[in-house]
Amino acid sequence: MSDIKLFNPGHTACAGCGQSLAARLVLEAAGKNTIVANNTGCLEVFSTYYPQTAWGTPWIHSLFENCAAVASGIEAALIYLKKTDTNIIAQGGDGGTADIGLQALSGMFERGHNILYVCYDNEAYMNTGVQRSGLTPFGTNTTTSPVGLQAHGNKRPKKNIVEIAASHRIPYSASASVGYPQELQKKVQKALSIKGPKYIQIHVPCPLGWRSNPSQTIEIAKLAVETGLYPIIEYEYGDLVNSKKLLKPKPVTEYLKLQKRFKHLFAENAKQEMEEIQKIADDNIKRYKLI
Amino acid sequence: MKKFIEGSRATAEIIKLCKPGVISAYPITPQTHIVEELAQMVANGDLDSQFINVESEHSAASVVLGGSATGVRTYTATSSQGLLLMVEVLFNIAGMRLPIVLTCANRAVSAPINIWNDHQDSVTVRDSGWIQLYAENNQEACDLHLQAYKLAENHKVMLPVMVCVDGYILTHAGEIVDIPDQKSIDRFLPKYDPLYKLDVLNPITMGIVGGPDSYMETRFAIHNTMEKTLNEIIPEVSNDFAKIFGRAGNTLIEEYKTDDADTVIVALGSVVGTIKDVADELRKKGKRVGVLKIITHRPFPKNQIYNALRKVKNVGILEKCISLGLSGPLFAEITSLFAAKDDTPKISGFVIGLGGRDVTKQNIEYIFEKLEKGGNNDTEFVGLDENVVKNNKELIINV
Repeated sequence: MSDIKLFNPGHTACAGCGQSLAARLVLEAAGKNTIVANNTGCLEVFSTYYPQTAWGTPWIHSLFENCAAVASGIEAALIYLKKTDTNIIAQGGDGGTADIGLQALSGMFERGHNILYVCYDNEAYMNTGVQRSGLTPFGTNTTTSPVGLQAHGNKRPKKNIVEIAASHRIPYSASASVGYPQELQKKVQKALSIKGPKYIQIHVPCPLGWRSNPSQTIEIAKLAVETGLYPIIEYEYGDLVNSKKLLKPKPVTEYLKLQKRFKHLFAENAKQEMEEIQKIADDNIKRYKLI
Repeated sequence: MKKFIEGSRATAEIIKLCKPGVISAYPITPQTHIVEELAQMVANGDLDSQFINVESEHSAASVVLGGSATGVRTYTATSSQGLLLMVEVLFNIAGMRLPIVLTCANRAVSAPINIWNDHQDSVTVRDSGWIQLYAENNQEACDLHLQAYKLAENHKVMLPVMVCVDGYILTHAGEIVDIPDQKSIDRFLPKYDPLYKLDVLNPITMGIVGGPDSYMETRFAIHNTMEKTLNEIIPEVSNDFAKIFGRAGNTLIEEYKTDDADTVIVALGSVVGTIKDVADELRKKGKRVGVLKIITHRPFPKNQIYNALRKVKNVGILEKCISLGLSGPLFAEITSLFAAKDDTPKISGFVIGLGGRDVTKQNIEYIFEKLEKGGNNDTEFVGLDENVVKNNKELIINV
């Protein structure tokens, strides 16, 4: 890691924020020869409140859903200016990527831009107060998928954007976790060494939204991987080429019990939901050959 | 060089001569001929530009936003629903002070879906912080595009410019247009010199959070720039234009036979041509009528319009759009210029030509006549199907 601060401290992220840590790791792996286009979201808000900025590289924010298109324009301009040696990173949260920004993201993939898109997946709209997104896991208690007498939280499993990205036959699509910083940085460097569109989705715990202990961010991130709930995988040109192996998968309860967003699942009447979540992990283990 | 050419192709030729490095667009009728022509120029190697085909107008506007922020001259074009899909980005571009040029091939807004001309699309985004210029004919469309880049990129302006060209009526009409040569255009419009840009050698943060302690000043700054643009920069650019190309540039407004007129119609865009013809005919019959054309719609030439109309007895505001539930927007804007003033003409509003409804000489004659008889004091639809209007029941049309 260099001495030059590319993502500076002093921003207003919450204690234990997985996204701020991951954003720093991504940028330090990319280096100073990088331009960043950021969607609206926590990261943008806590890092650029005028007149302050945390960013040490050229950085632009436009709207919630358009960073993939803004980055496409940046790339086009750099090609026109014959400055094609600069890294371009487009980044956003799970809502800005998987929901409102999916069209722009797909367009960026399909057009073949030389851009790395990074999705910081904290599994809900945290910036607006923990509303569910397309990447909120099954059974999660959020403010718009609340637990009630007739509901056990979010009704649907996570949308699989890593595979959707891979289906565009782009050179590289991968998941990563802030729980494994070295692996994450290696993936960023690998992605940036490949020409064309790349996608990395990083699992980033949010203590505020997950109602977890800020000191356990890394531990929780690791448990998501170790249970099989967040498979760490790599696709190249649409084919699965690598998955992070688990020695002995831990039961999902090990991961869920540290977060109050899943507290209701430990009640007697939520047995079926709990079984369903274990099944999601088991399916991942089988599908991606995690053991 | 003068040539007979379709409006869209003339616009494309002028854009080519302005040398944008990034072009992005999404197809929508009647904008298509402009961007097809530009795509072909790039394909032929006649234009060195990155032509980015996107999946929506929202992304087209976002691509040129990113390109412009990286310090390159950019271009996009759209119409109607496309412009409305861009709205979020349009406000963003102006707020970020990026000098993008956009052609709006004016078209009606759905529902019902209608591909024909009116001004509802561009007039609806008049508050977005874009400079808006309206062309009467294809020569003016070409000239306004040239001036648009020079205006937008002026370091005292740094605002986007929308050139509004009537869909079909101009975009698909063949006219004789004088397209200047590259040498004189290069003299008028030098290489883009960005005031700020995304550059790894000089990192800046763009698109910050502006809280209650800073946001309001950013809006004030745009408003202030608009005023300065109106009074200083547009006349300056217009003078430069006249010097190099030997014809008048953007004069904000055009007063046609208004000097001694007691009845004047105010309008935007191609319909002004028809109104001028009718005014000429009425003048031959001894009527003192004139036309006031608004070229620069934002910033709004308040003083110029006030001074042009203050001695006039009857004023008719003719508009191809409506602020539903109020009146034509221009009617409200011009009426407001005379609030608490002594010289107040009698001002009447007329909504006409919506969704491509033909605007005939008879319509214009009717309006002049109505104005001379005292006007309507409000907003009147001209050219409606009288049978539908008579039968109130049929007025609510479920489509």
